[in-house]
Amino acid sequence: MINLVQNEMLKIIRKRKIWIITLIMAVLISLFTYAQFKEVERTLEKYGSVDWRTTLQQQIIDTENRLSNGGRNISDEWRQQLQIRIQQQQYYLDHDINPSTPGAPTFVRTFLENSVSLLLPLFVMVIAADLVSSEHSLGTVKLLLTRPVKRWKILLSKYLALILSISLIVFIYSGLTYLISGALFGYSGWKAPVIMGFTTNGTELNTAGVYLVPQWQYILQASGLAWFVCLVVGTLSFMLSVLVKSTAAGMGIMLASLIAGTILNNMVSTWESAKYLFMVNLNLLSYLKGAAPPIEGMTLLFSFCVLLVWGIAGFFTAFIVFTKRDVY
Amino acid sequence: MMSEITLKVKGLRKVIGKKEIIKGIDFELKKGEVFGFLGPNGSGKTTTIRMIVGLIRPTSGMIEICGHDVNKAFTKAMAQLGCIVENPELYPYLSGWENLKLFASMLDGVKDERIIEVVELVGLSARIHDRVKTYSLGMRQRLGIAQALLGRPKVLILDEPTNGLDPSGIREMREFIRFLAEKEGLSVFVSSHLLSEIQLMCDRVAIISKGQVLRVETVETFLAQQELLYWRLSPLAEGKHVLSTETQIIEEIDEWLVTPFHEEDVGKWNRKLVEAGVNVKEMNRKIPTLEDIFLELTGGESID
Repeated sequence: MINLVQNEMLKIIRKRKIWIITLIMAVLISLFTYAQFKEVERTLEKYGSVDWRTTLQQQIIDTENRLSNGGRNISDEWRQQLQIRIQQQQYYLDHDINPSTPGAPTFVRTFLENSVSLLLPLFVMVIAADLVSSEHSLGTVKLLLTRPVKRWKILLSKYLALILSISLIVFIYSGLTYLISGALFGYSGWKAPVIMGFTTNGTELNTAGVYLVPQWQYILQASGLAWFVCLVVGTLSFMLSVLVKSTAAGMGIMLASLIAGTILNNMVSTWESAKYLFMVNLNLLSYLKGAAPPIEGMTLLFSFCVLLVWGIAGFFTAFIVFTKRDVY
Repeated sequence: MMSEITLKVKGLRKVIGKKEIIKGIDFELKKGEVFGFLGPNGSGKTTTIRMIVGLIRPTSGMIEICGHDVNKAFTKAMAQLGCIVENPELYPYLSGWENLKLFASMLDGVKDERIIEVVELVGLSARIHDRVKTYSLGMRQRLGIAQALLGRPKVLILDEPTNGLDPSGIREMREFIRFLAEKEGLSVFVSSHLLSEIQLMCDRVAIISKGQVLRVETVETFLAQQELLYWRLSPLAEGKHVLSTETQIIEEIDEWLVTPFHEEDVGKWNRKLVEAGVNVKEMNRKIPTLEDIFLELTGGESID
């Protein structure tokens, strides 16, 4: 089995996709780091203070103004989100904890939170979508399947190689973010406290279960969840790669689902059964943060289970189809 | 001797939807022979081959490679088999060597020495570390064969091995296939839609049309049964009369008479003609092409 996984890793690496993805990551991270840097400068100009308490207080007032002045232009979902955010910020302020201690770790944290539902899954999709379909388009599937190795083993070796690649992507992503953003924001801040355990109840923030964790612990958990999300997206792309022999078609389907997910997230609060769609559940990290879920009643455990079920279903579909199918 | 049969196909059928693509195929391959599988495009050659190598599951029937059933003991059967199905497709972004290493790792006990050995056998040593995408079609074909030979298979299956090769490449391939069968004792199964190919390199041939094997015969038998003798006689009418008492006149083409060729009788027929005062101007023995045979067997359905 190890030799088969080695083969698959060799193919993935020699296709140079991981390099290209790393390159794209580096460019994007630099871009966002610079944008963040500009943002900090702007805040400084606007509020004229370096003290985070003043800034945070100003932000709360700004948001409150927006809520009362914007009136009907703000959708219910967005209003709810904003109200929760104000309460959170207030909580941070009341307990004298800086929600965004300047430094690379904080940037890594917010960046992970923002990329878990689209950017990271996209990278994973690029790797996973052609794992099987490219063997069909190259014609090498005929060689692969006429070896004295059972088909499920071939597919499993590909899947294991995918898991390795996903781990590598998440690792490179966090690592690169830390390295690049650190150049502007400094590399310290691992021990800064982060509040976890917020729960929401409509527009009310429930702070009964909150606790403090050092930022490194938070990032570790967030990375774990991001890895899990990537694994599910990877599994589904992998399944599509088995079902659809054209890589482009497989990628198209996955891309459409992912983007539909981000759109649905802002729309579906009234359509309740949408919560069983995998793409609506991708933003696991928003639960860590304590933001309001897209649909009332969704929790971390719920989303985790929905993703798990989708992942398992995709995994078995891929294996059943691959082992039974006639190859022409 | 049972042990000499390396590939056995019995009652092989494949139904897709409601259409019966393969309608019961039987044949056997013996050790050390080159077996031709001849049929026009769309006759079911490739489907049959894909069933033999386990890519397609047969609807019914049995395929045994060295006594192992392909559908029941897949890995054991495949360990005895090397194949190229259609084009020799390998990973273009890897070097020839990496490709071979990759496939070798999927077989038991194939070491680097064996890889070097097959690379030398197919004459690719000079370019083996170059990427496959820089290879010519002939080189890819040879790399494909190297890959198929890695595990010292007993049966080698080549689907249209000379497709796309230039004339010298075709001759080389033909000699190589003969070498593998005669010197290495492999059973080689070669499919082709080209009669000339099969005629030149095969010991036995199966003719397939519309999913059925019409006949399995040695190439010599096929040819011998169909050998013809062309006569040019004068006067024609008299000659025709004499010949028709001795044998069957198959055809009359201009001033030529066509009869079967029977080596032991031809002298006698000639003497009869001379005795009757017929002047034998020319006698031509003609070996038919498999094309002629095919046309006769299928009743006019042409190849291609």
